[in-house]
Amino acid sequence: MTSPHPETVDEPAETTAPARRAPVWRGQGPAVAVVAVGGAAGASARYGAALLWPARAGGFPWTTFWVNVAGCFVIGVFMVLITEVWAPHPLVRPFFGTGVLGGFTTFSTYAVDIQRLIDEGHPRTALAYLAATLLAALAAVWAAVALTRRVSARWGTGREAS
Amino acid sequence: MNWVLVILGGTVGAPLRYLTDRAVQSRHDSGFPWGTFTVNVVGCLVLGTLTGAATAGAASSHLQLLLGTGLCGALTTYSTFSYETLRLAESGARAQAALNAIASVTAGLGAAFVGVTVAQAIWA
Repeated sequence: MTSPHPETVDEPAETTAPARRAPVWRGQGPAVAVVAVGGAAGASARYGAALLWPARAGGFPWTTFWVNVAGCFVIGVFMVLITEVWAPHPLVRPFFGTGVLGGFTTFSTYAVDIQRLIDEGHPRTALAYLAATLLAALAAVWAAVALTRRVSARWGTGREAS
Repeated sequence: MNWVLVILGGTVGAPLRYLTDRAVQSRHDSGFPWGTFTVNVVGCLVLGTLTGAATAGAASSHLQLLLGTGLCGALTTYSTFSYETLRLAESGARAQAALNAIASVTAGLGAAFVGVTVAQAIWA
């Protein structure tokens, strides 16, 4: 890994090192297309969840909370699988990690929900939601990564170092 | 119709995040996830503005589905944010991990408040 960055979800799928820095758009057509399809699917799933479990006015936004926590758990499992266990097709990561899970989880609704709760006179619910989402999301991704590593080690499916 | 709007918004929002992240990350060499930070804060500002406009009666429910649920929902991400925070912590950059979490929430919330306030000043 020559990248100075820690492994990010959006890391380019191809590892060919260009002699000079190429424009970020170059050769991104297929990745952009699968991210778009994944994003549409993820956003639809979140919208469907909001229709199934509508938020109560002034109440704790449970649906967005669980959508975000579930998405964080799944990305933990997914990233360990595709970086430490299997070497999938280069478009799997932009499609599912960047597109589906990125489209499913939301940071903007989280922030505006907090703003709305404060505005409507529920500062304690707002603070509880702010802290609970952050802590549960980080705990979920940490637990998912640890659990997936443990299971893959037990099954001996870890990719051999080359 | 409602689903079509959400799907359209998601189709645009997710690639916008992907390309913004690549553009931002290619411009600096630090390990800090500025790309995700940028889209999350910008998305909070846009959704805040939209929410303020909707409260003032200047944004329809269709626009909210297209730009709010679809575009801003897909533009911003909690899963990538938390994964990148974990990666920072795992790589030993614990202070940066904590900074990313605190700064993202603070700046996102601030952007949402600014958006709502500006929208209400314009349309109310």
